[in-house]
Amino acid sequence: MEPRSPAQRVFARFRSDRIAILSTAVIVLLLVTALVFWIFSLTGIDFPADPNATNLQAKLQPPSFEHWLGTDNLGRDVLSRVLHGSYISLTVGFVAVAVALGIGVGVGAISGYFGGWVDNTLMRIVDSIICFPTFFLILSAVALVGPSLLNIVIVIGLVSWTQTARLVRAEFLTLRESQYVKAARSLGQNAVPIIFRHILPNAAAPIFVTAVIGIPEAILTEAGLSYLGFGVQPPQATWGNIIADGKSYILDAWWLIVFPGIAIFISALAFFLAGDALRRASSSKSESN
Amino acid sequence: MIAFLVRRLLISLVLMFFISLISFFIVTLTPGSPYPWGEMNPKVSPAMKENFRKQFHLDEPLIQQYWLNMRDLFTGNLRSIKDGRPVIERIGEAIPPTLALNFTSILIALSFGLLFGVWSARTVGRWQDTALSVLMFAFLALPTFWVSYLAIIGITKTFGLPLLGTHSFSLEYPNALSRFLDYAWHLALPATILALAGIASQSRYVRASMLESLSEDYIRTARSKGLDESTVHYKHALRNSLRPVITGIGALLPALIGGSIIIETIFAYPGIGRLGYQAVLERDYPLLVALNFITAALVLLGNLIADVLYAVVDPRVRLE
Amino acid sequence: MENPPLLDVRDLKIQFSTDDGPFDAVKGVSFTVSKGETLAIVGESGSGKSVTALSLTRLLPSPPARYPSGEILFRGENVLKMPPKRLREIRGGGIAYIFQEPSTSLNPVYTIRSQIAEAIKLHRPDVKDVDSEIVKWLDAVGIVNPAQRMNDYPHQLSGGMQQRAMIAMALSCQPDLLVADEPTTALDVTIQAQILDQLRELRAKLDMAIILITHNFAIIRGLCDKVAVMFRGDIVEYGPADDVLSRPQHPYTRALIDCIPRLGARQERLRTIDYEALTKS
Repeated sequence: MEPRSPAQRVFARFRSDRIAILSTAVIVLLLVTALVFWIFSLTGIDFPADPNATNLQAKLQPPSFEHWLGTDNLGRDVLSRVLHGSYISLTVGFVAVAVALGIGVGVGAISGYFGGWVDNTLMRIVDSIICFPTFFLILSAVALVGPSLLNIVIVIGLVSWTQTARLVRAEFLTLRESQYVKAARSLGQNAVPIIFRHILPNAAAPIFVTAVIGIPEAILTEAGLSYLGFGVQPPQATWGNIIADGKSYILDAWWLIVFPGIAIFISALAFFLAGDALRRASSSKSESN
Repeated sequence: MIAFLVRRLLISLVLMFFISLISFFIVTLTPGSPYPWGEMNPKVSPAMKENFRKQFHLDEPLIQQYWLNMRDLFTGNLRSIKDGRPVIERIGEAIPPTLALNFTSILIALSFGLLFGVWSARTVGRWQDTALSVLMFAFLALPTFWVSYLAIIGITKTFGLPLLGTHSFSLEYPNALSRFLDYAWHLALPATILALAGIASQSRYVRASMLESLSEDYIRTARSKGLDESTVHYKHALRNSLRPVITGIGALLPALIGGSIIIETIFAYPGIGRLGYQAVLERDYPLLVALNFITAALVLLGNLIADVLYAVVDPRVRLE
Repeated sequence: MENPPLLDVRDLKIQFSTDDGPFDAVKGVSFTVSKGETLAIVGESGSGKSVTALSLTRLLPSPPARYPSGEILFRGENVLKMPPKRLREIRGGGIAYIFQEPSTSLNPVYTIRSQIAEAIKLHRPDVKDVDSEIVKWLDAVGIVNPAQRMNDYPHQLSGGMQQRAMIAMALSCQPDLLVADEPTTALDVTIQAQILDQLRELRAKLDMAIILITHNFAIIRGLCDKVAVMFRGDIVEYGPADDVLSRPQHPYTRALIDCIPRLGARQERLRTIDYEALTKS
């Protein structure tokens, strides 16, 4: 038995988990699809069809060999729109989480490092933000600044950093009191570099899990905003606004609702399951055996 | 106990202050025109603008604006742009239906969350636990509006039953029971869909908390006494796992109220959520500020109640 | 031939599955305990002594624990092959436990009374007046004012009192064998002595067998009839307490006994154990 580092241990546990493997595979597939269709849209390759080409003669057609997922009320190919929507939806997820991580780590570190009234004030602000009905707060802010991809990811990020801040702060507090930091301080060393050198490895796992779980939440939030008309604006397709466009035809054209919904559901589920598998793999207590 | 309550109350007051600040600043500090109509709208006369500036004290310094708006909110002087009625009145009307909806959802989320969570913890490491976990994350991953549409299509196409609103239109109720059943029927579907995410998060809390309790020494003691597994789980572990369940209600509330925007809009249910969406559509700033503030304050109140409930459950807190 | 022993453990192996493969915690131990007899299992932490104690009524969570071989015969019945219902009768009713950490071993949200009552109702359904039975046992373990104390929650009692309540709970089921897993380790030295005196007194009064798990040779003298010394999952020495204490055969036993600080003995420093020498031997 060779000795293994904690990271290798986590990886080995993750790899032996069937759900982890399956959800990671789905995520990789999604990322590849998003990347490919992003490149297509940049280079103007209309595969399988131009997502924005309207054809009123062929509107609201059910799935057929020509249009695998049917067409919408303007005769646009739903499959193309779903595929081209993938990179927007994923961008929303990743960028919003990046914004939330940046703020969360910053606030958490400041709070945990300074302590005292700074910590108290910041944590009370965190507590207050948590009281707000998140989706309503986001909707209000997006409506006020105007719905655009950039505004949406910033607003979602601005509202969803609280969990990360708490995690980072807790890690800081533990480390400040830990024996090795105390020992280093008693030798006259500055505690800050020590804390920073140790905080990332220690808090990395739970922060990473929060981030992975944050991605589908942001995707779902954008879909909800789209449904209400405050998501990424048409003609740019996102999974949310394809459904929103189709909502007037729900009784006649089920395919407009069903397929993009499945796309959201499967990708959100994959991220949730991967995040949970990661949490299981990185928790010190093994809970399943 | 008294000291504990007083402390919680004081903290809540501080939070209340921050909440009012945040809800006020969402509107005031957001870049863009202060007018709901946009700067260049030709239909808006200078007199209207002037009136607006005065009503929202836009000429005062920021701190003064905040204070005056808060005062107006509670004295009923903060009025909706749409119909000029005090916002507090419009919100007051929307609260009872929303309470009915959210209360039902909380009941559903708590009972099913508890059921699934305990079941998951009991079968940990076996296929039942895995299946339940996947199911719970599936609940989280379902876009609310999508499920609502699928449900509406399914139910109206198969049964042809009315679903929208709080009750059926133009229906004479022969007695009180049929009236209650009609209202309950209209509440059931939106409340269930709204509760899906809550069931999921609640069951994850319960599961984690049960597993933690089950690893405690007193569980070993309970087993060493010869108690059967049901007693060990339901009497010894569950009671100790209730803290996250109860504090989880606090975390559930904002998600529910946020979620009720979409649900109430789809189901044409006249609550806070639909009012909020209307306020957003009409750029009704006073209503927006007040709604954000009041919903957050309600959540805070919910948290406070959860804390007190918790003190009742755990003897250690009772004596602090 | 005398009567079969109360407890007869034969070639017991206990294995844990871990990320790095199976780990043998106990590598085939055998010992017996007769009615009214006291056995001490001595060893350092990690020697497998607590695991052995917990396995006697299959209290180890399984998985990860497995029993690849061996038998645990209690009154002639193999515990390892018992159906769950029979096992629960043995737990508490036949073999009762007290544990190392009284503060975490009692359920914090129930009163002492309800926790003891639970045990009595389960194993002695014929007892009519449960409350006075509880008072009797709390009194027997030296808790002052038991009628009042029994309504306390665990955190309202001191560590010593909590351990007394644990003992009362274990005894209230009138077991034939009491397994005391490091019962005094978490307590103050003065309280330790009181608890041990209490056990000694109760043993005489109740004619009950005891297995005392400890890492401390000092507390064995005068309390135990037999000693089993465990080292890295094996019993390295097993015999009458007087023999083991006065003429230890195995170097590990000698090392452990040498570690006991003796009053009046002049020692420059506390003795430690030379593991390298032990593993080579």
